[in-house]
Amino acid sequence: MKVLIAKPGLDGHDRGAKVVAQALRDAGLEVVYTGLKRTPEEIVHAAIQEDVEVIGLSVLSGAHALLAQRVLEGLRAQGAGEIKVVVGGIVPPRDVEALAALGVARVFPMGTPLGDIVAAFKEWSRS
Amino acid sequence: MRDIRAHAGFPVKPVYGPEDLAGFDPARDLGAPGEYPFTRGIHPHMYRDRLWTMRQYIGFGTPGETNARFKYLMAHGQDALNVAFDLPTQLGLDSDDPRAEGEVGRVGMAIDTLADMEEAFAGIPLDRVSVSLTINGMAAPITAMYYAVAEKQGAAADRVVTTPQNDILKEFIARGTWIYPVEPSLRLVADLIEFSAKRYPRSNPVSVCGYHIREAGCTTAQEMAYGLAIAAAYVQLMLARGMSVDEFAPRISFNFTCWGKIFEEVAKFRAGRRLYARMMRERFGATNPRSWMFRSLIGGGGSAFTVQEPENNIVRGAYIALAAALAGAQTMALPTYDEAYTIPSAKAQLIALRTMQICAEESGAADTVDPLAGSYHVEALTNEMETAIVAEMDAVERMGGIVEAVKSGALQAEVARQAYLFEQRLASGEIPKVAVNAFVSEGPADADREVELYAFDPKVAEAQAARLARIRRERDDRAARAALARLSGEARGQGNLMPAIGEAVAAYATLGEINRAMKDVFGEHKEPVRFA
Repeated sequence: MKVLIAKPGLDGHDRGAKVVAQALRDAGLEVVYTGLKRTPEEIVHAAIQEDVEVIGLSVLSGAHALLAQRVLEGLRAQGAGEIKVVVGGIVPPRDVEALAALGVARVFPMGTPLGDIVAAFKEWSRS
Repeated sequence: MRDIRAHAGFPVKPVYGPEDLAGFDPARDLGAPGEYPFTRGIHPHMYRDRLWTMRQYIGFGTPGETNARFKYLMAHGQDALNVAFDLPTQLGLDSDDPRAEGEVGRVGMAIDTLADMEEAFAGIPLDRVSVSLTINGMAAPITAMYYAVAEKQGAAADRVVTTPQNDILKEFIARGTWIYPVEPSLRLVADLIEFSAKRYPRSNPVSVCGYHIREAGCTTAQEMAYGLAIAAAYVQLMLARGMSVDEFAPRISFNFTCWGKIFEEVAKFRAGRRLYARMMRERFGATNPRSWMFRSLIGGGGSAFTVQEPENNIVRGAYIALAAALAGAQTMALPTYDEAYTIPSAKAQLIALRTMQICAEESGAADTVDPLAGSYHVEALTNEMETAIVAEMDAVERMGGIVEAVKSGALQAEVARQAYLFEQRLASGEIPKVAVNAFVSEGPADADREVELYAFDPKVAEAQAARLARIRRERDDRAARAALARLSGEARGQGNLMPAIGEAVAAYATLGEINRAMKDVFGEHKEPVRFA
């Protein structure tokens, strides 16, 4: 399975994104990383170009809902709505359901064990 | 017996004794407090003469809201400020820029023009309160705004004490608020240092940060090594401008984190002070003792705090404060217990401030200088840490030096690799974390959460945009445009940009306009994208 780890918006904290990227790579997935400060349009474009199955958005600034919404809208507009979107970062509990309602497949809030994140991706990879 | 390693990687023994200090020469390796090489601290009596400055990091919403929180903390005994700016401000985007959507006033306060800065510091006398500004890519214009506010308040230039972070090299490694390519970014760092050294002699125009690199995943030894390498790079930059080292070095300051193992952290700072003093005196030939002093904000360490059972973070904060005091901090700032959830609540901020005050007033940690000196363990650790730091500085040299290592992305890759190794040490239980990988409670990890979540108000963006529109309407537009044109022209040359930036600020040019005037000339940084 091929995945895109993406840093949307203006947030420059990339520790989590890079750790998850390394863990997924070591778990046998093919990982593409966007680098910092990508717009939702750039992320949608990269996901389609790279033909990934999952996009992992990493946001620590608090702007996760808006950015996830923009990426999901962009994917649907491009006919790529089948690409799963997951979100990791500083996501307070009250936002988890809101993200799910937008169409985010899974949320990995701060404090999620790395093993749980890898397990979720591997589950999709098998199915 | 369980094997234990320092965060830096070397083994920690169960017992230390005289045999661990073979060749140890207190006169050479420690010196007296306040004397070269400052291993024991930079002042003879440390906290007995002057307690560390308490400087909680805060800023959110509009300048008016932030001003109110500043005053709240000062009313409870905080004696200095530490300003957080929102991401659009840090990246030079106006509040009405499409790329700022959803971010205005979120992780700090929004600043668009000098008018915002005037409001942020209204009623706060800038000739008496020292203020650090967490700003890097936009340090030159934001500090120009700060100087302009101070001048408007009537503060004498030699009474203005501000510390813009202005450390762009660490932004390329961690934190990511870079804008321009590496070389013009360094030029702006140097412009602000040079201008401030000449005009605002008590300002600290650069705060070299190991903090954010450690937060991004590097080890304790790497944190100090990279910080010292960055400091050396800025010294060389200023020497290349024809300044003498003693003209600017006394005002270089540092910002480091302090979490994890208390004695390792103390050793890190003792070794760092010794190495910095030697580097400045022997390598760079500084003769003013103030140029040899590693003056540091110590504290922070949000990555030490956990989502699980957040109240435990209050206890972790107390240990951080103790370690920072034992390490000889000049300034202290603590993360708040709600760090992993939200922008700090007023309650969480107050608990952090009270934690430092309890450490200072009740614990005895501030009574005696460098109380761990002479401990077999701490002196041996200090020596081991010094060796480890030097090895990491050599590794940076093998990458071509810090500037080349940043341009190629080799250093960023090393930090990411260390972050991953740290996760593995956590997952294996080698690094214990209570309620995370040790003594984990039954039931959901989010039980008993009592965190007041900051209610981000999207109206902040509307308020800022309206204010910005009014400033654009009311200002002398011709003067603003002329100042911006002059700034672009100067950017094409080699001169110091601070006077032109100051002119644009005074004409109420927006931060976005000032950024664009420079970006048109400098271009944008292209990140060397890699995750390992």
